[in-house]
Amino acid sequence: MAKPTEVEVGEQKAPVIQPGHTFASLNEKIGGIVLKRPIKGGWILGMFICFVILQWFLLAVCWLFYKGVGVWGVNIPVGWGFAIVNFVWWIGIGHAGTLISAILLLLRQQWRNSINRFAEAMTLFAVACAGMFPIFHLGRPWLFYWLFPYPNTMTYWPNFRSPLVWDVFAVTTYLTISLVFWFVGLIPDFASMRDQTDNKLIRFIYGSLAMGWRNSVRHWSRYETAYLLLGGLATPLVLSVHTVVSFDFSVGIVPGWHTTIFPPYFVAGAIYSGFAMVLVLAIPIRKFYGIEDLITMRHIENSAMVMLATGWIVAYGYAFEAFMNWYGGDPYESFLRWNRLHGPYAWTYYLLLFTNLVVPQVLWFKKIRNNTVLLFFVSLDVLVGMWLERFVIVIVSLTRDFVNSSFGQYYPTQWDWAIFIGTLGFFSACMFLFMRLLPAVSISELKTLLPQAEVKVKHEETEVHQ
Amino acid sequence: MKDTGIYGLLAEFENVNDAITAARSTYAAGYRKIDAYSPFPVEELSEAIGFHKNGVALICLIGGLLGCTGAFILQWWINTISYPINIGGRPFNSWPSFIIVTFEMTILFSGLSAVFGMLALNGLPMPYHPVFNVPRFEFASKDRFFLIIFSTDKNYDPARTRQFLERLNPISVAEVPA
Repeated sequence: MAKPTEVEVGEQKAPVIQPGHTFASLNEKIGGIVLKRPIKGGWILGMFICFVILQWFLLAVCWLFYKGVGVWGVNIPVGWGFAIVNFVWWIGIGHAGTLISAILLLLRQQWRNSINRFAEAMTLFAVACAGMFPIFHLGRPWLFYWLFPYPNTMTYWPNFRSPLVWDVFAVTTYLTISLVFWFVGLIPDFASMRDQTDNKLIRFIYGSLAMGWRNSVRHWSRYETAYLLLGGLATPLVLSVHTVVSFDFSVGIVPGWHTTIFPPYFVAGAIYSGFAMVLVLAIPIRKFYGIEDLITMRHIENSAMVMLATGWIVAYGYAFEAFMNWYGGDPYESFLRWNRLHGPYAWTYYLLLFTNLVVPQVLWFKKIRNNTVLLFFVSLDVLVGMWLERFVIVIVSLTRDFVNSSFGQYYPTQWDWAIFIGTLGFFSACMFLFMRLLPAVSISELKTLLPQAEVKVKHEETEVHQ
Repeated sequence: MKDTGIYGLLAEFENVNDAITAARSTYAAGYRKIDAYSPFPVEELSEAIGFHKNGVALICLIGGLLGCTGAFILQWWINTISYPINIGGRPFNSWPSFIIVTFEMTILFSGLSAVFGMLALNGLPMPYHPVFNVPRFEFASKDRFFLIIFSTDKNYDPARTRQFLERLNPISVAEVPA
């Protein structure tokens, strides 16, 4: 019974699931977190803090809508400010969830099965946070639907040659596909929750969400096809989304933006920060909810290694940017290089190099990859670093572009900070609710990893040809 | 069809291999209106009841093609017919810049068609189904495997079909009221 699952045979790695689980024990354990576990003080405190931040966020948004974007520090020459920095940062964080759920699904990395659910939830909440910023930034956010092509009395259409319109399509598609991917994955687990509870109301809620799912193998067959297709579709989608986000910059001519390395460099950076967020969430969740046997050290270590690898792709991006500034011979690009290293915002660039390139090198050591406390702080460091990267790209380039007379400085106001920190509160509040309301680990997908799920009867024995 | 007021006979199995063997025997015995239930996807089990192909991929393809052509035609029509603007002397039909929206809409439409196609083919949402009348059926989402022979099957006979199912090594056999 206590035989390891096939994936780690041959190598001495931590197992994907600790041995000893049965089909029923998975239901008990994962469903039990939602259905049986009492709400504890830690959850209430955490949720309370996030809720307070969320109220602060709402206040800031109301003030923003009332007064306009002038409450922010944006002004010429920096028209993009925190809103775009945060937009790019948040949407990048979302990318790890899709990478785990789609790309690792296609690559048959079975370890994904225990972390994909909450990583997808993370994606969804992160994209929701990201999506708010361009809308806040519109100035007249209630007219956001002008971005979509719909027949209207003004007889106008969006400009499909603009990367900003591409962005609208990329981000809304990404949000929609992430949502259905997540929901489809949840349907069988909703059915498990429905069958597991005796409470009529809870049964009704999960039953409605499960839509009458009855585990028929015909349904499973179609379900598996649909799930795999979604994985295959989400894979190019996730790569395209950050590519399109990078086009917002690279199609422009501002020094530091107009480079061809942006798409791959943005995608790598997105996955880098996304895995950092996965670790920041997974480390406390597995500890406080006692699911260290489902989210094992294997997951933690693999995520750390993905971080290290993508960190080096990002490092390559920095190196090549610097090289092209010099090799390209463009005086404005050369000035940008000088400005990053010696200008008024030089400290952000040095801090960025330190947090994104220097600190994560500790992940080469297995001891540190296995030390969840240190790993947690390294991940936080990467999140800070990736935020700084977007700050350097957006702010440093815009403050000093071509003509000295248009040089300026950018000072974020308290409302910039309130909205940025507010989205952190929104994101965390959503995660707190998610942990209490939905099965945080996919029950049905984990079952396929158990040794009991192995099919031993060979196909040809009894096959009947019609 | 014999109207017996019974939806079918439901046999419960302890493990996946028993269920597959039983499903194959049932299919071999000539039963065709059958279905199986398992707490996780088992490809062999759907094969065993004679369910080999599903239409989800085709629906997804059609959706994707519609999204792709629709998005491109929309952009082409807007930029050449409805609202042509000269931007730096570029052609009105500057198709390379339409690729991205075309791509995103292909993904969106194919993804949504795959999901809604899957739900539609599965007949979901379905608030009521007779099989839920069997109390033990709640284990289908936990750790048990079920095989049902519907009473509409031409070989269905209340007594003989029950005997047949009982020979397949089930934990229990129950009648499903219609």
